[in-house]
Amino acid sequence: MLTAILTLTVLGLALGLGLGWAGIRLKVDTDPVVDRIDALLPQTQCGQCGYPGCRPYAEAISKEEADINQCPPGGETGIRALADLLGREEKPLNPENGEEKPKTVVVIDELRCIGCTLCIQACPVDAIVGAAKLMHTVIESECTGCNLCLPPCPVDCIDIIETTTGISQWRSPRPAENLYPATAQ
Amino acid sequence: MNYADPVEAARDAGKRTHHFHGGLKLKHNKHISCLVPVKRPPLPEFLVVPLLQHAGDVAEPFVKAGDHVLKGQQIGLCEPCAAIHAPTSGTVEAIENRLMTHSSGMTGPCVVIRPDGKDQWVELKPITDVLNTSSDSLINQLQECGIAGLGGAVFPTHTKTLDGRERQIHTLILNGSECEPYISCDEMLMREQPEKIVLGARILRRALGAEQVVIAIEDQMGAVQEALTYAAECAECTSILVVKVTKIYPEGGERQLIKVLTGLEVPAGGRPSDLGLVCQNVATAAAVADAVLEGKPLIERYITVTGNGILHPRNFLALIGTPFSHLVEACGGYTEDVARLVVGGPMMGYPVSSDSTPVVKASNCILALTQKDITTPQAEMPCIRCGECSRACPASLLPQQLHLQIRNSMWDEAQEYGLLACIECGCCDFVCPSHIPLVQWFRYGKGQLRQRAIETQATDIARERFEAREARLLRKKQERAEKMARRKQMLKDKVAHKTTANKPDGKEADA
Repeated sequence: MLTAILTLTVLGLALGLGLGWAGIRLKVDTDPVVDRIDALLPQTQCGQCGYPGCRPYAEAISKEEADINQCPPGGETGIRALADLLGREEKPLNPENGEEKPKTVVVIDELRCIGCTLCIQACPVDAIVGAAKLMHTVIESECTGCNLCLPPCPVDCIDIIETTTGISQWRSPRPAENLYPATAQ
Repeated sequence: MNYADPVEAARDAGKRTHHFHGGLKLKHNKHISCLVPVKRPPLPEFLVVPLLQHAGDVAEPFVKAGDHVLKGQQIGLCEPCAAIHAPTSGTVEAIENRLMTHSSGMTGPCVVIRPDGKDQWVELKPITDVLNTSSDSLINQLQECGIAGLGGAVFPTHTKTLDGRERQIHTLILNGSECEPYISCDEMLMREQPEKIVLGARILRRALGAEQVVIAIEDQMGAVQEALTYAAECAECTSILVVKVTKIYPEGGERQLIKVLTGLEVPAGGRPSDLGLVCQNVATAAAVADAVLEGKPLIERYITVTGNGILHPRNFLALIGTPFSHLVEACGGYTEDVARLVVGGPMMGYPVSSDSTPVVKASNCILALTQKDITTPQAEMPCIRCGECSRACPASLLPQQLHLQIRNSMWDEAQEYGLLACIECGCCDFVCPSHIPLVQWFRYGKGQLRQRAIETQATDIARERFEAREARLLRKKQERAEKMARRKQMLKDKVAHKTTANKPDGKEADA
C-alpha cells in the first residue's frame, strides 16, 4: 500500500516537473497556426479579403474573426486547403470579396507615365522601380497581380495583362475520365 | 561487394552485371530499320530550327530575317544552355512561331532557313592537340558547339561535364543500350563509327578527369562489341571496357543502367555523380569528338524512321531542322494503312498530329504505326489492386498508390511516395489489366508537382518582400517620430535658452 502511494507520488512529481520544464524551455513564441494559415495564402497581398495583407488575414482567421472564404486569388483550392487545415466546413468564395481570376500582372505604359511615384508607394511587394519625375517600370517576375497600383495612378498608364505561357510553362493535362460504366452507356 | 563506400564500390562498374527491379521483355523490332546503311537525306527546301531545344530557356536569336548564314554559324544562345547553329548555309527567311517537336503540340519561336545548296562551312576552330589542352577549354568548346545529351533529355553536355569534374567522378558510362523497341539509331552509329565514339569517350574522360570508361551495349547487338573493342585497341586505350547488358526494357534508363553495371542505386533525388559516375549517350560522345577534333557544332544527328507505316524504314544522318515529312519522303513515303505518327519509341514517345515538325537535337526516332500495331483504346476499369504495376516498375514505385493520390489531388502524399522518381517508361501501363492510362496520370502529376514548387517559391518571395517592406515602413515611421521628437526638444531647448538669456532667474523656473 505504502509502496504504491510512494511510487505514484514520486512518479507524479517527476512527470510534473518534466512537463513544467518542457512548458518553459520548449515554448513557441509565434502562433504556429498563423504561420500555417499564412503558408496556404497566395501572398498576393491584394487586400481583397478586407485585411491589409495575407498575414493580417491569417491572424484574423486564427482568431476566428474572419471566414476562410474571403481570398479570391487563393480560390477554391485555397479554401479547401484552409478547411482541411482548420477542420472547418468548405464553403464557396464570398462574392463580396471578388471572384477567382487567372493570374495577371501589370505593365506600365512608359510613354504615358509621368513619374508621380504613387504606384510605387501602393505596391505591397516593392515590384515597381522608378524615381520622382522619372519613368517607372514593373518587375514582372515580382508582380503578384494585386492591382493595388491601379487606383492611385493619375494618368491611367497601368494595364493588366495575362502572364504569357510558353512551351516551358506547359504542363501535361489531366487525363480524361474514361471509366468503363460511363462509356458503356 | 563489401565496400563501405558506394563511390568506391561503383569503381567496379561493368565487371559484373546485375539486375534492376521490374522491367519488361519486349519484342524489339529493330531489324527493319537496320538493313541498309545510314545516309544523308537530300537538302530540304526549308530548315526550321527551333530556338528551344535544350532543357532551359528559349535561346536569344543572333540573326534576323534576310540575313545570310553559313553552315555551323551560331544563330542563338541562351546562357547557360548550349548554343544553336545554322545546319546549312542559306538565307534566314523568317524568325516566327512554328509547330514545335514537343508533346504539347504548341508553337514556339523557330529560325526558318532557306538553304542555298552550297553547304558552305563557317570557319571552324578545331582543337588539334587535345592532350595539351586544359579541361576548361574542352568544356568551353562543347558549349560553343552546342553539344547536348542526345539520349533524349538534351541536358547541355558542358554543364554535366563541369559538374562531374567538380564532384571528382571516376567512371564515365557511355550508354549504348538503346532499349526501346524500333529505335536503332545508336546501334547504327556504333556499327558505322565506333572509332569516333572511342575518340569522344577519351575526350570526355579527359575533360571530366575520369579514370575509366564503360560502354554499355545490348546483348543482341552482335558485331558492335567487337567493333568498339577493336576501335579501343587501335587507340591503345586500355581503360575502355565494353559491356553487354541483358535486354530488358528499360535498361537504357540512366538509373537502371547504373544499377545493372554496379549493383548500386542512385539515391532518390540524387544524381549519378553521387556514386562517382557520369552517364552520357554514345551519340553524345560522337558529337563531342566532332566538336573538339573538327570544330563542328551539333547540326546533325542519327535518326531512325521506322514502323510498319513506312515503306522503306531506315536510319538517316539528318540535319537539325529537317521536317519529318521530308525524311518520310526520302524513305519512300507512308504505306496505305498508316494510322499514327509517333515521335520517339512506342513506349515513351508521343503521338503528333502533323509531320511538318522538324528534327531537333532530342529526336531519335520517327515511328509510323498502322492500325494493326495500335491496341484499340479500351475503356478504363477500376483498379483491382493486383499489384502487377509495382512488380513491373523499374523505379520500384507503387503506381497503383500514386495513381489514386494523383486522381484525388493528394500532392504531398504523391511526392512522399516518390512520384518525381517516375521515369515515364510505360511498363505499368503495359501490364495494367484494367487499362488505366497510368503514365498519363503520372505525367500530369509530375507537371502539377513542378508547378506547385514554382508557385510556392513565388509566394515565398512575395511574402519576404512584403515583410521586408512592412519592416522598412515601420522603421521609417519610427525614425521620423524620433526626428520630430528631437526637433521638438531642440526647439524647446532654444526657447528655454532664450528665456534664460533674457531673465537671469529663469533657470530655476525652468528646472
